[in-house]
Amino acid sequence: MTYNINDKGYYGEFGGAYIPEMLYPNVEELRQNYLKIMAEPSFKKEFDQLLKDYVGRPSPLYFAKRLSNKYNTKIYLKREDLNHTGAHKVNNTIGQILMAKRLGKTRIIAETGAGQHGVATATVCALMGMQCIVYMGEIDIARQAPNVARMKMLGTEVRPALSGSRTLKDATNEAIRDWINNPVDTHYIIGSVVGPHPYPDMVARFQSVVSEEIQWQLKDKEGTTKPNYVIACVGGGSNAAGAFYHYLDDTEVNLIAVEAAGKGIDSGESAATSALGREGIIHGSKTLLMQTNDGQITEPYSISAGLDYPGVGPMHAHLYTSGRAEFISITDDEAMTAGLELSQLEGIIPAIESSHAFAVLAQKKFQPEDIVIMNLSGRGDKDLQNYIDYFKL
Amino acid sequence: MNRINKKLQEDKKLLSIYFSAGYPTLNDTVSIIQNLEKSGVDMIEIGLPFSDPLADGPTIQASSTQALKNGMTTEILFNQLKDIRKTVSIPLIIMGYFNPILQYGVEAFCKTCKEIGIDGLIIPDLPIDVYNEQYKSTFETYGLINVFLITPQTSVERINFIDSISNGFIYMVSSASVTGSSSGFGETQTSYFKRIAGMNLKNPQIVGFGISNHETFSQATQYAKGAIIGSAFITFLSNHGIKDISKFTQAILNNI
Repeated sequence: MTYNINDKGYYGEFGGAYIPEMLYPNVEELRQNYLKIMAEPSFKKEFDQLLKDYVGRPSPLYFAKRLSNKYNTKIYLKREDLNHTGAHKVNNTIGQILMAKRLGKTRIIAETGAGQHGVATATVCALMGMQCIVYMGEIDIARQAPNVARMKMLGTEVRPALSGSRTLKDATNEAIRDWINNPVDTHYIIGSVVGPHPYPDMVARFQSVVSEEIQWQLKDKEGTTKPNYVIACVGGGSNAAGAFYHYLDDTEVNLIAVEAAGKGIDSGESAATSALGREGIIHGSKTLLMQTNDGQITEPYSISAGLDYPGVGPMHAHLYTSGRAEFISITDDEAMTAGLELSQLEGIIPAIESSHAFAVLAQKKFQPEDIVIMNLSGRGDKDLQNYIDYFKL
Repeated sequence: MNRINKKLQEDKKLLSIYFSAGYPTLNDTVSIIQNLEKSGVDMIEIGLPFSDPLADGPTIQASSTQALKNGMTTEILFNQLKDIRKTVSIPLIIMGYFNPILQYGVEAFCKTCKEIGIDGLIIPDLPIDVYNEQYKSTFETYGLINVFLITPQTSVERINFIDSISNGFIYMVSSASVTGSSSGFGETQTSYFKRIAGMNLKNPQIVGFGISNHETFSQATQYAKGAIIGSAFITFLSNHGIKDISKFTQAILNNI
């Protein structure tokens, strides 16, 4: 049994490409070429070089001594927060911009919620001299002003998504509509392991550098490539996909996916898809999603814009239903408390998304000899205003 | 014989109209259908509203959103339509995204469609391979025609494949766009229309997307069997309500 994708583009029963015919030529072009292109030595060389010299990889695997003492276990932090642009998102956008170039595309579109993926996309487009348009919900534009400014400074046009709830889900719809309207010259850089096949697999492969590094870094430090636990937060699920990737089929390694419970799972204001979702179709993929009985996609809520998504990537839907990964939901309050704790114990201010993963430490009992890897997916600079408001700093 | 096939045999260009069920108000569905038939429309696509209509432009999105706000659900739509065949005889097609149909249950959905007298379905985001493997026999059991789309980017090979698995008409998307976004047809569209007409497919083609008036209707049907109007009709409903529907169709058909 494998927990990775099969040759039809499904993880178990989840995945596929549920797209209108208008998108078929583009998605099919990508499906037929992505593995071939990724295997080309010149692609690998350029990708690895940029990750090293531009992004700053490998990101450190840091033994968090004071945090480990507090929870009486061995905690390592995978420092994706130290990447250029401040999160794991750039691993994927570097890969996809190189892919777009090799496919002969000249125009890039992307969706963004909090703006992290938008900034990572705007960054690589500046790097490669490509035209870039980022769709962002009108409401998110208002509440993430610094990232909007960063994208503009990088030369990207930020277009407001005015439909629906005017947040990430709708920005994604608008990006897909743009792709329908521009089928020849445009590549759509999706920011997470969501969307039609081959996107979930392609993005997971670009992010898999995270667990690839964890393996050899841990070997250096602990003499084993295998931790007991890998813990990561999940919105769409790209940082978790990267951190889990090389451990998917090694069931000795426990995987913990952390979702945003918002104000509580039963509060009506939550983004905990595994607890609240059912199988359905969102953004071209069969997966778990939050929806009404009638199949209308519902509005999620989380204090963290990056986890504020009503679905989850098909890989994670499969990890959940198969029991391969444990899914834990963390409320806004629990996440904020954990974010403050990490700041004061280790001198690291995490993104609120990542704070959700750290909140698991207070909820789950680990053995003193356990090796626990926390994927610190992003830094908290972008969330400072949220922390200020929450803690009245 | 399915009403769609029968209609396609008529020696005339067909006008098909799309609207979002539940718009402008929840219970307009039946009157809109009756008025459209009376005004000379040949076929109707009843839009099952969806929260996230990926292939639709702002007009249909807005009518879909409003229909949901008005309280439209799959169950309510089926209830509204249950006696429709007592008064309406032209082909009726339900057009909707796959998720609401999946949640209702594909078999249950098809069964209810048959009971009501629905003739076909257009589900833009149901992939052909999934349809063939999982749902084709169900559609056939309940006598429903599944309508597939082609676009200017669809390869010749794929068009031939789609033609081979279609048994009604092919929905020919006029240009690379979401619904409601084109303003008139240029040479690119005309040469695409000609190219497809020249393929001599076994299924007739009906052109959709970008048809909004007599001129675009005439251009589209010069080479194709018919044309579908959606956004322009919804805009008409927004401005004029459901009373004067015949004015809209007469303007399309006779340029008056």
